[in-house]
Amino acid sequence: MALLDIEDLRVTFTTGDGEVNAVNGVNFSIEEGETLAIVGESGSGKSQTAFAAMGLLARNGRATGQIRYDGRNLLELKQKELNRVRSEEIGMIFQDPMTSLNPYMRISEQMAEVLTLHKGLSKKAAIDEATKMLDAVKIPDAKNRITMFPHEFSGGMRQRIMIAMALLCQPRLLIADEPTTALDVTVQAQIMELMAEIRQEFGTAIILITHDLGIVADTCERTLVMYGGQIMEKGPTEQLFERPTHPYTLGLLRAVPRIDRDDETLSTIAGEPPDMSSLPKGCPFTPRCSFAHGPCPTVRPELVPADGFPALRRACHAPVAEVK
Amino acid sequence: MSLNPDPDTADRLLAAQAAADVKGRSLWKDARQRFMRNRAAVAGLVALVLICIFAFFGGFLAQYEPDYVDFSLIGANASQGVPSFETGHYFGTDSSGRDLYARTVQGTRISLLVGIVGAGVAVIVGTLYGAIAGYTGGRTDGAMMRSVDILMSVPYMFVLILMLVIFGRSILMLFIGIGLISWLDMSRIARGQTLTIKGKEFVEAAVATGVRPMTIILRHIVPNLLGLVIVYATLLVPQMIITESFISFLGLGIQEPNTSLGALISNGASNMQYGVIWQLAFPLFFFVITLFAFFFVGDGLRDALDPKDR
Amino acid sequence: MPPTGGRTPPRSPPARSKKPILRVDDLRVAFDIRPRGAWPWTPSNKLHAVGGISFDLAPGESLGVVGESGSGKSTLARAIVGTIPSTGGRIEFEGQDLASMSDRQRRVHRKDVQMVFQDPLAALNPRMTVGDIIAEPLVTHEPKTPRKEVRRRVAELMERVGLLPNLVNRYPHEFSGGQCQRIGIARALILKPKLLICDEPVSALDVSVQAQVVNLLKELQRDMGLAMIFIAHDLSVVKHVSDRIVVMYLGRVMEVAKSKALTTNPEHPYTQALIASVPIPDPVLERQRQRPVLGGELPSPLSPPSGCVFRTRCPKAHPDCAERPPRMVDLGDGHRVACPYHQEPSVLDAARQMAG
Repeated sequence: MALLDIEDLRVTFTTGDGEVNAVNGVNFSIEEGETLAIVGESGSGKSQTAFAAMGLLARNGRATGQIRYDGRNLLELKQKELNRVRSEEIGMIFQDPMTSLNPYMRISEQMAEVLTLHKGLSKKAAIDEATKMLDAVKIPDAKNRITMFPHEFSGGMRQRIMIAMALLCQPRLLIADEPTTALDVTVQAQIMELMAEIRQEFGTAIILITHDLGIVADTCERTLVMYGGQIMEKGPTEQLFERPTHPYTLGLLRAVPRIDRDDETLSTIAGEPPDMSSLPKGCPFTPRCSFAHGPCPTVRPELVPADGFPALRRACHAPVAEVK
Repeated sequence: MSLNPDPDTADRLLAAQAAADVKGRSLWKDARQRFMRNRAAVAGLVALVLICIFAFFGGFLAQYEPDYVDFSLIGANASQGVPSFETGHYFGTDSSGRDLYARTVQGTRISLLVGIVGAGVAVIVGTLYGAIAGYTGGRTDGAMMRSVDILMSVPYMFVLILMLVIFGRSILMLFIGIGLISWLDMSRIARGQTLTIKGKEFVEAAVATGVRPMTIILRHIVPNLLGLVIVYATLLVPQMIITESFISFLGLGIQEPNTSLGALISNGASNMQYGVIWQLAFPLFFFVITLFAFFFVGDGLRDALDPKDR
Repeated sequence: MPPTGGRTPPRSPPARSKKPILRVDDLRVAFDIRPRGAWPWTPSNKLHAVGGISFDLAPGESLGVVGESGSGKSTLARAIVGTIPSTGGRIEFEGQDLASMSDRQRRVHRKDVQMVFQDPLAALNPRMTVGDIIAEPLVTHEPKTPRKEVRRRVAELMERVGLLPNLVNRYPHEFSGGQCQRIGIARALILKPKLLICDEPVSALDVSVQAQVVNLLKELQRDMGLAMIFIAHDLSVVKHVSDRIVVMYLGRVMEVAKSKALTTNPEHPYTQALIASVPIPDPVLERQRQRPVLGGELPSPLSPPSGCVFRTRCPKAHPDCAERPPRMVDLGDGHRVACPYHQEPSVLDAARQMAG
């Protein structure tokens, strides 16, 4: 049984201008100890998928479908039970660590609070445990720095602290939402290396949500490409990157400037990321797609196995291979 | 195969863009829509409009001039000065035998004027003062804001009362006094917000282009301050009305035959024990409704203009 | 290609023989930092954001500036634009020293040097229409331009950067990030400047849009013969736009070279580390590639390390690196590197050999 199994997840926001469907029927699952990347641009619904799974949607948001964690549907759990699962079994890391660190509390207090609350440790034992965790995420001189306040750390260090906090209860699943977007490349490399180590050491399953295909290539076993609240393509990272069959995946891959190549002009995808309040009825990528034809604007494509790559699934009426 | 979008796709996108409506939706328009969705705020606005109509046109319905004294009623207030449509004294009469309806219209008008003038001075002087101090920064900022601090540390009620005593009680003096103190808080708020806006890149862009400082303040800073300023101003109006009422209550504000809600309430309160409760009730009713309306509108505006919504 | 890309621009290599449009010589910018709770009269600490930078820029050339946050690259941009005063050295624009300019000259200078900002939405006044925003520089510097002419030029420019001219009465919040950046570019170009400074123009944009904006900038630069300084933390983007690249670290130049030479034969250990940190979206390549991760963090610019500022994180650091700042070593063809030990085998080379 999969650790997390999401079935037909839909997320709707009620705004002043009507209903906005941020996520439209998303299916995927992640096994124990696996790494999965959810890739997409702004407005692709990648973050809302994760927020829905964690029960962290904004107040005007509503999730339907099934989010089965360890066999239980998280959407049907009582608040208390959900809180327990959320805090003890699923960890989450955000793009901006400051949003989840209390600026007026020492790191030691914040970390110890988690442990005393959920594991019933004494204050002293909790701080010892927290120090160990900070050591594990390679914060130099953790023993002394644990009593510092969040703002006394640099961005990269704060992200390490976030990771340490997320790991305190030894979760089985770690959801990282754009963990390195705000960081410099060198620090990004450090954090990604750390995440890989953590996965080996603790056997934590990781969902990495990002717009950066570069870091996906290196770290994740499977990848899921989202656009306009729907899954465009999913499959093993290597196959997906080597032989993308969806025009969007292909465009996305080509648009990334490569340090190892000399292209005169970069490939682009025409147009702008989609406006979620007015998506076409069919494939959301239709307006920007060079291969769009007959059924594209009206019929929503199903996720089907790609020809020749049974592990890959794509949602497209005009797979690139056939157009070629 | 070229993945670069063919001209067709690009054209299609442009066509779709062209089909979209051309007129922009300004932030103000957005805010107005949000405000209109807020029932309490709209109710407050309606109440305010009604009160304004009452204050400025209510006089036409009055059967008596506000300063007409009906000597026959003096002393017989409790029995003959009761509110009634037959006598034409809709709200009854006051202790001097004057028509309370006409007096209330007049008082409401003066109170509204005091509030609006006070808030108006605050908006204009306070905003500009704060924006200039905040934008200029450095020593100028320090000097300007320290003088505000000094003015604020003066017990203004004492000064105001002293002024009214020395220069005589007049509406003009009251306006000057209230105008003098009302902009202080506003300038601080405007300065704080200016410091935030000053750090934004669009201001930097204007500086880099070589736009003159005063133009930057008027074109880039002030319009972005306005949301906050308007909210604060709507909350300042009732504060000014209360201040005026308090002074009038002490007997130092508006001078007879002029009156304000505060003065009327004061009179009504002192005559309460003679069984003429309407002398307190009617002015108090308008006073409370006006304040509530302003507070509701202010709250609604704050929600509508809240930049966090963007 | 973005909608602008119908025509192919006539390509001519930037003329190098001309004298530089911009010469930066030993530029220093320091900020006063007051210790918290200090008295007004206690001397403040100096933060050297830019500590002695020199380079030339030829007309029509595009220069990339790369560095991590805190490397002083944005401060450099602002010193050249003139919004932050320099505290030492010279900035010469067309032979004129920026610091000794009169107010009138400075205004002319502002007209010739324009800037594109990082956060596309924040760089546009939310209360102004797109038309007014784009027209602002024109109205400021040529206030006598008739309104019709202003409108015509705004429309022309909007079309040029790939926006429909009929959107002129819209407000910034109605546009996506990419479109906002196009508006910012249009504003920067309306006065036909000679130098365009782009401060991280694409780092806030989505991948697909980022490529559009990069292509647009490149195309405009070529067509209009602009000199351009392109600042970014992402070496792979800079490489696509620039003729030459300057690598900065803690306010100092580490290496300068033509962009091809810099990315294929980096000489400075910091440049090598930067390149190794850039992820490549190809799992197969990525697995073969050894990626030595640069340890540690940027030291505080308030108390930079003595000698070579990079030595605390440098895999090749020698004891004498701490003694004096390294001299620039000229390797020919404009390739200069601030490391006396650049010839020693680098970690990257070692890794390459290991990978076979």
